[in-house]
Amino acid sequence: MHLFEEDKRKYLKADIISTVEFNPTGELLATGDKGGRVVVFQREQESKNQPHRRGEYNVYSTFQSHEPEFDYLKSLEIEEKINKIRWLPQQNAAYFLLSTNDKTVKLWKISERDKRPEGYNLKEEDGRIRDPATITALRVPVLRPMDLMVEATPRRVFSNAHTYHINSISVNSDYETYMSTDDLRINLWNLEITNRSFNIVDIKPANMEELTEVITAAEFHPNHCNTFVYSSSKGSIRLCDMRASALCDNHSKFFEEPEDPSNRSFFSEIISSISDVKFSHSGRYLMTRDYLTVKVWDLNMESKPLETYQVHDYLRSKLCSLYENDCIFDKFECVWNGADSVIMTGSYNNFFRMFDRNTKRDVTLEASRENSKPRAILKPRKVCVGGKRRKDEISVDSLDFSKKILHTAWHPFENIIAVAATNNLYIFQDKVN
Amino acid sequence: MTGSAAQQDRTSMFPKGTKRKCSSDGGGGGGDAVAEEATAAGVKTTASYSLQRQCLLDMSLIKLQLCHMLVEPNLCRSVLIANTVRQIQEEMTRDGSWQIMTEAFNASQGLSDRLVASEILCRPSPAREQGEEDPKPFPAIGGCQLEEEVVVVAAEEETLCTVAAEADSAYVSGGVDPHWEAGDRPEGGSEDGDADDEDEDCCLGEGEVEQRSAEGTKTVDQVYGTFEIKSPAPSPDPALEELFSDVDASYYDLDTMLTGMQGTPKVGPYDLLENLSSHGPSSIAPSSTCRTDLNELDHIMEIIVGS
Repeated sequence: MHLFEEDKRKYLKADIISTVEFNPTGELLATGDKGGRVVVFQREQESKNQPHRRGEYNVYSTFQSHEPEFDYLKSLEIEEKINKIRWLPQQNAAYFLLSTNDKTVKLWKISERDKRPEGYNLKEEDGRIRDPATITALRVPVLRPMDLMVEATPRRVFSNAHTYHINSISVNSDYETYMSTDDLRINLWNLEITNRSFNIVDIKPANMEELTEVITAAEFHPNHCNTFVYSSSKGSIRLCDMRASALCDNHSKFFEEPEDPSNRSFFSEIISSISDVKFSHSGRYLMTRDYLTVKVWDLNMESKPLETYQVHDYLRSKLCSLYENDCIFDKFECVWNGADSVIMTGSYNNFFRMFDRNTKRDVTLEASRENSKPRAILKPRKVCVGGKRRKDEISVDSLDFSKKILHTAWHPFENIIAVAATNNLYIFQDKVN
Repeated sequence: MTGSAAQQDRTSMFPKGTKRKCSSDGGGGGGDAVAEEATAAGVKTTASYSLQRQCLLDMSLIKLQLCHMLVEPNLCRSVLIANTVRQIQEEMTRDGSWQIMTEAFNASQGLSDRLVASEILCRPSPAREQGEEDPKPFPAIGGCQLEEEVVVVAAEEETLCTVAAEADSAYVSGGVDPHWEAGDRPEGGSEDGDADDEDEDCCLGEGEVEQRSAEGTKTVDQVYGTFEIKSPAPSPDPALEELFSDVDASYYDLDTMLTGMQGTPKVGPYDLLENLSSHGPSSIAPSSTCRTDLNELDHIMEIIVGS
């Protein structure tokens, strides 16, 4: 058991949040953690008595999605850590989500129950079958109301298809299939079928010694069910069309920015490795996050990104230290707002950044208990780069690199964001009048 | 604010690197001054640059070794580190310092020195240290083990510390540095130099092996030793490591390191590790067949598990 001390508060390693995701309506928000648990939050209904509570999210359901496992054939421990959660569009009263750890994807059904049947004829209330000889009369069970109960049940388990670690799952816009991506392969699944998947990308070289590139993330196009993209550790993005061939080893588009020779160093490749790729809601743009920047690409322009935003350029002179302490391998994610006009991504010291694509303004905000009391307004933060440090600025050298914001989520159409800071989840929203 | 940062980097890095005059951003009248300065500081600069590069190489090798201790390491991280090692090695082979490094092993102190240096490299530069009250701005999260080790050595080797402390950490930390440009190659015709490099390296490697077996210093073994251990599971036990230290399985090992138990054939760009094998290139053939078998076995296992 690993204990971490942060601000004199101790927390378990298992409590570290490893993914955050809103459902397609924004009514629910799910988090996964390193302990294999999924916590689902539900938005409070608007109430006249407490108008200030509008939009608050409360715990709706908590369940253990994955357990630690041991692969006896490979003598290998499989962590229970939830790598990704993806919601399926709601089609009936129940909610469905996919959660994955390094090896296994599971489909969970989350449903409510407020009635239970009573008065069975052939079995006792506790389920034991009654002796037929004692049954003398016919009884029909009746449904009686009971306290609301939220149940999470595993409906499908998709296993044994990945040799490497799964880094992404993405539900297709046909809502019938989804893909799971590991370091070297992408598999396509039907949501109903667990014993068969189709390999659609395989970059594993015949000779593993020749391996110089891995897949870091992948996602389906939001409305073209035949199109998906995947990003690589060499900083490129490949767009594939599943209509072209069953195995999409040949991409249809290849997005890559030529390297700036003036910025070249031994760390160039590491910092250009893409940690996340996301289609815009419109499907026109792609956003990628590498170590120092976030880039917006037009699907119609492969040669260079449309926009490049510096997330924490002041770290460029610290790359050696960040390499030594392994922070340089941190996988920051990025998200779009509902209108695709603002993008958000995380940084260190519990800071996260927002970039307005229209006004080109950017802001650094902090997710911390001290600075964000309930209903308090977030103050922009500033990192001081060289020269004199102003009163409200923080120096680069005093940034805390153990407090990193890797996972964030944006409500599908409102200005509500969820920010995971180690073991804490912060939900911020536009000021309510 | 980005502008000022870049400016600062550039000024702090001017006295470095004899090749700085080639810099594309140098432009205008600044070029001559830089060239003069560079000539003056020439010898010292080259030394500190290669020292820093060496530190980076050592750090990367240690990281790879730590990866290797895990049964299933983070593949992305391992690949990125291995690419960095390869990049450094290519550059060192090009400017001949690869040979110097192997000679340094002869002096039997090379490694511990360089561990010290890597610690210095990642400390804030003296100027920054004065200005800030916090001397350790980068808590070693992932690499605490590494740092502990390093600090111990540092205490023993104080003389070297003072010399190396003059090195500016900004130099290797990803700033502007034409020294590392691909276009900066001294001799042409190295475009398809992979095969040549390999050959050359093999020779060096053999030499190094001789040195190693001659001196048998423990420090060297501690860092490179595990590359030669063929073990299906992590074996942190030093006694075990010694037991296997003569077994040549370096290809297989790197492989394991990169894939986590996935057996796969042949040597590739990782000649560096190849050099450290005790038997030289002759061992390629047997180990690759062995790996093919393992691959098949793996496949069969997958089928069994699948069904």
